[in-house]
Amino acid sequence: MDLGSINPVLLLASLMVAATPILIAALGELVAERAGVLNLGVEGMMITGAICGFAAAVNTGSPLVGFIAAALGGAGLSLLFAFLTQIALANQVASGLALTLFGLGLSALLGQGYQGIKPPPTGKLDIPLLGDIPGLGPVLFGHDIMVYFGLGLCAAVWGMLKYTRAGLILRAVGENHDAAHALGYKVVRVRILAILFGGACAGLGGAYISLIRVPQWTEGMTAGAGWIALALVVFASWKAGRVLLGAWLFGGVTVLQLNLQAAGSALPVEYLSMSPYLITILVLVIMSADKPRAPASLGRIFHASQ
Amino acid sequence: MLKLEKRPQPSRLWTWAAPLLAVVLTMLLGGALFAALGKDPVEAIATIFWQPLFGEHAFYYRPQLLVKGAPLVLIAIGLALGFKAGIWNIGAEGQYIIGALTGAAVGLAFYPLDAWYIFPLMVMVGALGGWLWAMIPALLRVQFGTNEILVSLMLVYVAEQLLAAMALGPLKNPDGYGFPGSRNFQEYPAAHNAEILGGTGMHWGVVAALIAVIFAYILLGRHILGYQIRLTGQAPRAARFAGVSPPRLILFCLGTSGALAGLAGLFEVSGPAGQVSIDFNVGYGFTAIIVAFLGRLHPVGIALAGLLMALTYIGGEIAQSNLGLPSAAIQMFQGMLLFVLLAVDLLTNYRIRFKAAQVA
Amino acid sequence: MTTLIKPPSEYRRVTTSLLTISGLTKAYPGVVANDDVSFDIAPGEVHALLGENGAGKSTLVKMIYGLVKPDSGRMELHDKAFTPPEPRAARAAGVAMVFQHFSLFDALSVAENVALGMENPPRLRDLAGQIRRVSETYGLPLDPHRMVGDLSAGERQRVEIIRCLLQDPQLLIMDEPTSVLTPQEVDILFETLRKLTAEGVAILYISHKLEEIRALCDRATILRQGRNVGTCIPRDTSARDMAQMMVGSSFEAPTRETRTAGAVALDVTGLSLPAPSAFGTPLRNIHLSLREGEILGIGGVAGNGQDELLAALSGEARSPARSIALRERPIGRLGPTARRRMGLLTAPEERLGHAAAPDMSLTENALLTGADRENLLTRGFIRWRAARAFATRVIDRFDVRTPGADTAARALSGGNLQKFVIGREVLQRPEVLVVNQPTWGVDAAAAAAIRQALLDLAAHGSAILCISQDLDELMEISDRFAALNEGRLSAALPTHGLSLEEIGLMMGGAHGMEVAHG
Repeated sequence: MDLGSINPVLLLASLMVAATPILIAALGELVAERAGVLNLGVEGMMITGAICGFAAAVNTGSPLVGFIAAALGGAGLSLLFAFLTQIALANQVASGLALTLFGLGLSALLGQGYQGIKPPPTGKLDIPLLGDIPGLGPVLFGHDIMVYFGLGLCAAVWGMLKYTRAGLILRAVGENHDAAHALGYKVVRVRILAILFGGACAGLGGAYISLIRVPQWTEGMTAGAGWIALALVVFASWKAGRVLLGAWLFGGVTVLQLNLQAAGSALPVEYLSMSPYLITILVLVIMSADKPRAPASLGRIFHASQ
Repeated sequence: MLKLEKRPQPSRLWTWAAPLLAVVLTMLLGGALFAALGKDPVEAIATIFWQPLFGEHAFYYRPQLLVKGAPLVLIAIGLALGFKAGIWNIGAEGQYIIGALTGAAVGLAFYPLDAWYIFPLMVMVGALGGWLWAMIPALLRVQFGTNEILVSLMLVYVAEQLLAAMALGPLKNPDGYGFPGSRNFQEYPAAHNAEILGGTGMHWGVVAALIAVIFAYILLGRHILGYQIRLTGQAPRAARFAGVSPPRLILFCLGTSGALAGLAGLFEVSGPAGQVSIDFNVGYGFTAIIVAFLGRLHPVGIALAGLLMALTYIGGEIAQSNLGLPSAAIQMFQGMLLFVLLAVDLLTNYRIRFKAAQVA
Repeated sequence: MTTLIKPPSEYRRVTTSLLTISGLTKAYPGVVANDDVSFDIAPGEVHALLGENGAGKSTLVKMIYGLVKPDSGRMELHDKAFTPPEPRAARAAGVAMVFQHFSLFDALSVAENVALGMENPPRLRDLAGQIRRVSETYGLPLDPHRMVGDLSAGERQRVEIIRCLLQDPQLLIMDEPTSVLTPQEVDILFETLRKLTAEGVAILYISHKLEEIRALCDRATILRQGRNVGTCIPRDTSARDMAQMMVGSSFEAPTRETRTAGAVALDVTGLSLPAPSAFGTPLRNIHLSLREGEILGIGGVAGNGQDELLAALSGEARSPARSIALRERPIGRLGPTARRRMGLLTAPEERLGHAAAPDMSLTENALLTGADRENLLTRGFIRWRAARAFATRVIDRFDVRTPGADTAARALSGGNLQKFVIGREVLQRPEVLVVNQPTWGVDAAAAAAIRQALLDLAAHGSAILCISQDLDELMEISDRFAALNEGRLSAALPTHGLSLEEIGLMMGGAHGMEVAHG
């Protein structure tokens, strides 16, 4: 094995890229969960976003249109979940699983004929001077726009939850939906909006994988990224800032194992490929040992009976 | 204006009518989907639901119903026990793979010995493998309170990698000219899960599935453990008050479903699939989730739902070759079924009232 | 005396009226919650709304607060039609409400909780200042930055009151406000309310506690089965008369036989347990001993360790073996099943979801605690017929009104389900029975039946520990009284001759009231 072939600067730079899809998806799920909705369909919404974005970008030649289509696709799929859980009052765990299974099928269907095509490239944010700083430049300033979008989204979600009235209402709904209802807040409406936001974010995260990170379309290409995003939310104790940390940690592990594969590690490729999932489990165990506090109404069905 | 009104108790009628209505609605929606794909919807639906049972080549397809239904039912029975108790094992696919790997490994280790005990031993080790794989999320949940949904699911990806490593490494057929995949069990009768009666599709996995259905039926209806499972799912606090130990229940439910999934994997790999290969698993572990819900988490319901789902697999394959319907359409069709079922389920617990909007 | 209670039709309206309600009707499937209710509230008045559980008080105030739309009838605020489509509109019109349950958020701060109840809250920093100001003016000390989940029941109520006061309400609705207060805190609350009425605020005061209403309220409207059955001046009306109006018929007060306490049945020594959850209460060094044939009453404001004490005794929470002894056998490490087998039975406060599984039938719920003592299992297999017979026995003996043993628990009314839950334990002939809030939310007749059952059980030699927040109930049935306060249990004193003042001090006086009042 040739560890010398691993360039730490490139490693850090690609870490940012590897972290972005799960960061965006996890932020969406975070908002939904803070509103009290457990949507286990992230994987399904991500893969649907991946193909919607890919198809739209290929057909229009515009990555921007691709990302918009991905957000719409993810949100559209999440609307089904919203209908099931908020209107038809179905169990959230079962509905989330249904969403994932359905999304995997839907994406495979939509993706017929898109295999082996290259999507149009997404622009990089090359800041002339900053990007040329040795070391820091490529790590911080040489990425595509979506990387910065993810960071911005993280800050926005954090600020929204902490400082705005909308954020306060969202947290109140997730904390105690009966109390929020008694005060006159529209619990179902708030939750549907949170679910749609979560769906749009998952779609964007998925499109990032198919348009930028890979970039091409293959069936099932999200390969559990949606589930890892779900784990990230738990890891982050439902705090936006810590989602970023978690995404970087996970991105780091992914990139490192890819680099080790490329460097010809003695371990078979399969064992290296397992590592992100094993690390996720490990992190989950460590986090659950000190009992983070989930939103009190998470996963509970709300029905204003009187 | 529509208004939902909670029923004082779940409607018995709708408990059983809802899945039927869901199937019918899904056929309609599926027909629309197939029409959108440019196929004749009536023909497509008929191909999927009629051809395998009563079509020209039904004699070939009918046994397939058992072959494909057995693993689904076996896994779904285990999942349903957990789902009833609010313990969400969604990593059955992983346990299925590991059960197949461990069981097959034991069988292959004896090659070419011919002894009666090899296949029973494989069955036991397969169940044990699935059980052990499920014990990982179970113990983590009991010890640290780690979410079993995420852990069991993560372990599916780990198991898939392990399967690839095994199929390309230790279990690779030494006489296979370097091709990936293990020896074929059809050529090793002592380890082969052959049909018990030729041409019926009846192999040992089908027998196991039947036993599992009966076992679960008795457990849930007559035994205190089944009562505790139901109680824990419906009212966890009341269960603790009744003296149910949540850790024991978690270990039991996850362990049982893991062992059953492992069994299903072993029967599949040593029978219909024939060998350990990178992609011998076809997602039964996930489809079984649909089967469990469609069967109302009830053993008899699951048996019926398993057969129905097997029908969509077989019919889907026919539609694929005859009508050029993409296989993904079938996958989506199955997902749609679960969706519709969950929506229709509303009728079981709520009454829908039509009310004129009024001015207060 | 009875002449002072007049039927609604004869009641003449006072000259100025803040809120006038006429002919308000609201029906739910199977029940008419409010039937043609009319009355009015004057500015600066404390108006009591009196009635049993299920008499329609909650529905009525929910309509005033815009949470529920009336089917018919009319409301006028300041002589203008008042039809709030949602609470927001009611608040904007000057109607505020202090809820009994369900309106605070544990994981949010005091200031955030207050902000959520306001239409256009100022920035949180400014709001904190306002909270401090108002809380000082009305003698309700409160730190705006504390987490609500960490507050005592009395402090939580202050959050709600301040939330209302910050909106300058003209009408303040209070739903059973004293049920979570010590007697001392009740006095403080009344003083706050009097200050408010002096400023012209009207108060609609919902309660079923008659003495309280006589002490505080100017007028009372009495509801029974959704109808307004009379209005009276509480000061001039006896509690007995009001009770008769409220209940409609007289029922027998429990009778107690003289009994002698026997040997010690349950002994708790130095029981300490950490809080089970983030906002739970730890149990601190609890000592108590309970004798055969005795009822020990344990009072205290909600959230002072009642649930935790019950869990420690039922076996849901384990403790060091010797901290709990049943007839001198250490049982601290045993689970609920083993304790039941030895004769220690319990009935928790929360009927649906804790004492009973809502979606299961009464037969299945009979099995929940009766499996072992009633011999309902053979080698782990359930004898359904025997379970059904046991359930039927409970239903018959305790007059549980239900179509049958196959009915789901949640289909029963609160009182009937509670009779079932208590009956299920009583019929198993416990040596020690621990009950928490045995008559909470139960109508008067059912409450009397339950109390009588407890007294009868004690008369047969069982030892009973009754945890309750209803002081009247404890005074009525218990031989000795102790109080829980922040997880500590006071020494037990004979109930006979105990003054309200003493009880209040045992309950912890005025919680968190570092500022002496008056």
